Amino acid sequence: MEDAQLADTKAERQSIPGTTIFDGRQAMRGYALNKMCYSFNRAENRAEFLADEDAYCAKYGLDEEQREAIRKRNVLDLIAAGGNIYYLAKFAGIFKLSVQDVGAQQTGMTVEEFNEKLRRAGD
Amino acid sequence: MARVIGGITTSHIPAIGNAIANKKFEEPYWKPFFEGYPPVRKWLAEQRPDVAIVFYNDHGLNFFLDKQPTFAVGAAPEYQNSDEGWGLSTIPPFPGIPELSWHIIETLVEKEFDVVTCQEMLVDHGFCVPMQLLWPDYRKSPIRTVPICINTVQHPLPSPSRCFRFGQAVGDAVRSFDEDLKVVVLGTGGLSHQLDGERAGFINKEFDQMCMQKIVEDPEYLTKYSILDIVREAGAQGAELILWLAMRGALSKTVKEIHRNYHIPISNTASGLLLLESAG
Repeated sequence: MEDAQLADTKAERQSIPGTTIFDGRQAMRGYALNKMCYSFNRAENRAEFLADEDAYCAKYGLDEEQREAIRKRNVLDLIAAGGNIYYLAKFAGIFKLSVQDVGAQQTGMTVEEFNEKLRRAGD
Repeated sequence: MARVIGGITTSHIPAIGNAIANKKFEEPYWKPFFEGYPPVRKWLAEQRPDVAIVFYNDHGLNFFLDKQPTFAVGAAPEYQNSDEGWGLSTIPPFPGIPELSWHIIETLVEKEFDVVTCQEMLVDHGFCVPMQLLWPDYRKSPIRTVPICINTVQHPLPSPSRCFRFGQAVGDAVRSFDEDLKVVVLGTGGLSHQLDGERAGFINKEFDQMCMQKIVEDPEYLTKYSILDIVREAGAQGAELILWLAMRGALSKTVKEIHRNYHIPISNTASGLLLLESAG
């Protein structure tokens, strides 16, 4: 009975299109990646990352999938590899990317198209 | 005894902090948002609350996934802001009121809400942007604060029902504090928005406007939703609605709506502003 309930919950968590629920499973999957991104709260860490990206990722123990997603600056891949958007925003910030830039990348739109989508939501 | 004189809900988007730093108040993009606030500031100037209790969520400044509390209450003499990584200017600290914080903590634990207590607590945009919007000269104002952080980062999040009851317990704590203080309660964040995934940019005006009406008239209606219901209807970060419900729980059963503003979009978000006055 309990197992069935847990299974239902998991199915529900996967039932919202285009949405990854950041639960314990994702939090374990993405721990190293999110920990690296959390370190970007400090300016000296952002500088260290920019000076030698490979060494910085290695220091935090990112796996190959996470390393590749960081290399490609690909937000959907980073989420698939366990990234949480609040920490990933700190990574995006290093490159001066706004949440509209990040939204456009994830939805395959130009930033202008994405902004227009947001504006139209108010009509 | 202390009194809860009213409640305010407001957006806390980082872009607002940047717009304040760069004084963009009159720009066409920002004007419909900022012009919602003067009536609320006028009410605050007339009422002169002594304390702001702020229900907010930390977005990865004070807490990381190594330790992620569901409910955390600040009990510090002062709350510092700090670099969040993406360029928002750091602003001066906010004074606390530890004796009220500890009374709230004691009351909450007595009522079986086992909170994390924080004698040091960095406050991020979720706390700072609302304070700047409501008290632009907060350094010159006597307002003291109790930040209360609710987890919206890592699921499971506390349910809308539990957050409403948590807010009720905070309200009870204030009303049993033996000092003549006027307290205003803030619920920050929201309304509908989603930053992550293929559904990024999701906004649901109809759901938001229903929520604003229910927050005023019938908040318990919203406690029937699950967290996943809210994520589905309001977007992944629209779950911040639980912070509004905690605020509303702290107020009297009936309230008087003094002011409302709703605007789409600010950044990726529908922004909602409500000023509610306690009845009686």
